[in-house]
Amino acid sequence: MLKFIKSHMSTIGGIEIYPLISFIIFFVFFLIVAILVFKESKENISIMSNLPLEDETEHSSNI
Amino acid sequence: MNNNTLEKFSYDNIIVRNFIFATMIWGVIGMVVGLLAALQLVFPVLNFADITTFGRIRPLHTNAVIFAFVGNGIFSGVYYSLQRLCKARMFSDTLSRINFWGWQLIIVSAVATLPFGITTSKEYAELEWPIDIAITIIWVVFGWNMFGTILKRRQQHLYVAIWFYIGTFVTVAVLHLVNSFEIPVTFLKSYSWYAGVQDALVQWWYGHNAVAFFLTTPYLGLMYYFVPKAANRPVYSYRLSIIHFWALIFMYIWAGPHHLLYTALPDWAQTLGVVFSVMLIAPSWGGMLNGLLTLRSVWDKVRVEPVLKFFVVAITAYGMATFEGPMLSLKSVNAIAHYTDWIVAHVHVGALGWNGFLTFGMIYWLIPRMYKTELFSTRLANFHFWIGTLGILFYALPMYWAGFTQSAMWKEFTQDGVLAYPNFLETVLQLRTMYMLRALGGVFYLTGVIVMCYNIAKTVAAATVFEKNEEAEAPALPAVYHAHKGDHWHRWIERKPIQLMFFSLIVILIGGMVEMIPTFLVKSNIPTIRSVKPYTPLELEGRDIYIREGCNNCHSQMVRPFRSETVRYGEYSKAGEFVYDHPHLWGSKRTGPDLHRVGGKYPNSWHYNHMLDPTLTSPNSIMPAYASMLENILDISDTEKKIAAMRTLGVPYAEGYEKNVHAEMRIQADAIVKSLAADNIKVTRDKEIIAMIAYLQRLGTDIKVNDSTSIK
Repeated sequence: MLKFIKSHMSTIGGIEIYPLISFIIFFVFFLIVAILVFKESKENISIMSNLPLEDETEHSSNI
Repeated sequence: MNNNTLEKFSYDNIIVRNFIFATMIWGVIGMVVGLLAALQLVFPVLNFADITTFGRIRPLHTNAVIFAFVGNGIFSGVYYSLQRLCKARMFSDTLSRINFWGWQLIIVSAVATLPFGITTSKEYAELEWPIDIAITIIWVVFGWNMFGTILKRRQQHLYVAIWFYIGTFVTVAVLHLVNSFEIPVTFLKSYSWYAGVQDALVQWWYGHNAVAFFLTTPYLGLMYYFVPKAANRPVYSYRLSIIHFWALIFMYIWAGPHHLLYTALPDWAQTLGVVFSVMLIAPSWGGMLNGLLTLRSVWDKVRVEPVLKFFVVAITAYGMATFEGPMLSLKSVNAIAHYTDWIVAHVHVGALGWNGFLTFGMIYWLIPRMYKTELFSTRLANFHFWIGTLGILFYALPMYWAGFTQSAMWKEFTQDGVLAYPNFLETVLQLRTMYMLRALGGVFYLTGVIVMCYNIAKTVAAATVFEKNEEAEAPALPAVYHAHKGDHWHRWIERKPIQLMFFSLIVILIGGMVEMIPTFLVKSNIPTIRSVKPYTPLELEGRDIYIREGCNNCHSQMVRPFRSETVRYGEYSKAGEFVYDHPHLWGSKRTGPDLHRVGGKYPNSWHYNHMLDPTLTSPNSIMPAYASMLENILDISDTEKKIAAMRTLGVPYAEGYEKNVHAEMRIQADAIVKSLAADNIKVTRDKEIIAMIAYLQRLGTDIKVNDSTSIK
């Protein structure tokens, strides 16, 4: 494994594998996040999104 | 929540108030300095003393706005919202105070060093090494205080704003540490650890991500808290906010190389920057739409609430800037925009619109709440909104015009195939009207800020009570967490904020490492050029004067491989020419011409007269006069140390070379004095101007076109 990395590190040939690997990591990560987010129940999401609004008794301001 | 015993505690409002006041004061100062810099480009006479020359004032302006105005704005909003979202007082009042006073001290030290030419020359990281260490300490204090608060929270969930704060803390820490690697020479002088292309890459990885993680992510966190508060509506889509967070922090870290398109940076790194910059549109616009759509059912309120008006324009400006950024990173567009005022317009849409207006909205919302009163004058707040908006327009539009104009003039050839405007100065003088209008925009914007300060001062004065410690109560968190069916998947990461920090760290490190490691390790990235030699001691001292005066704020040292540039300046710049440049001085803006090939272009006497008064050699030049260089004795007390430091960094000065530096300097200086005498200029060899001329005449002379053979 290390040999594989070293050979790329000593020559510019094959350097394109780095962005490619990273992009794949990112894309997979992104897909997982997206899937999990959309599987989330409405109820939980609504609890979360209301968090800022319940930290005080909101009086409607008329600045 | 299965625990109903209510705990009583209080929120610390003093720290929030202090940061708000600091934001307002530094905001006014930073913008006044900006206005001075803008006016200097129209009326060069305003460079009235060494400490007020544009080259020294410009970094003061950028640092004041970014770290003093926006920095204190971040702390104001974070210290207010974090306590309430965690239902807990800040972890430690002492740490809060250290954070506050330490940060102000750092800003004061910037004011006390930058105008005196004490600078590293790296954009947005100009502060010298002792201040860099102080920044690190205060940042750790901030993080410690934040995580302490998160760990003792009474709210199970971590709202998305806190994720943005955590991401900000982690990434700014990494950026600051990596970019600030420098070798101290004296107490207030250091050299960047990196050289040339590598230094440029690290610098712009940092510079771009300062925009991302100091001016964007913390403010997005503030947006996700204060916009719902002001609208009294939850955020439009919480799901989107989660995707927004992860996508944004992952992608932003890659985009730095788009500041170096068509430079000597390896092509693959440039392309990488472009690809990720274009992809950045998605999360950025996701965030913008999320902010704007939060207001979808309260547009009637926007008509009457100045706070919401400020937020609407702020989020819109964010959307414009984040659309424009990816466009500017397309190579074809960048070929036009780089080095011009277009970039200045771009950053000011972000700074004035997004950061400024979100800060103002936040202040107008917070102060009346903390003082339990009404705002002194809604009419004045509305006036601030309109004159501020007008100010942004008057700033941005002339700068776009100036950018297009200058770029078109630089690139224009006549039918005979020669440059239409061979004299660079013609292209500068063409912009004076636009610079005037830009300054007017600045005046408008600043007027609005001063009106806000008055409005807030009156509000505070009229208030009868300020809640130093706002009472609150909440049930304690159960000691043992009971998972229940259909549990939120993010819960495991949320329950452990340290895990969230760790994951965001991994995410940003991936981008940083992929970009940098190959550039640092691969030999063939930077072909060695045999003829490139280290600077002589005199040239090195001249280079330090160049850094001190901030010449790189107006002059680039990077000729791009375009016909319009090679005809104007000479051979385009090669990566191998900069291997001894600690730090690099490529610059990012051409208010004056590129200097990379200026060596040998003019006689020594031309440079002498040009520094004495630029209009002697270039009528109507807007460059400040540096007559003091003709009088000041060159300080050579640290030359040996400088040479030794450079050797440590890998510059091949032979061991013991220090012993000869003074003799060498004398020989080189005498030659310059002699050539000046031939042109009837009498000057002794110990003056700063001699070193300056030595450096300028050296620039770009290491290679000739037919001698640029690379050694593999």
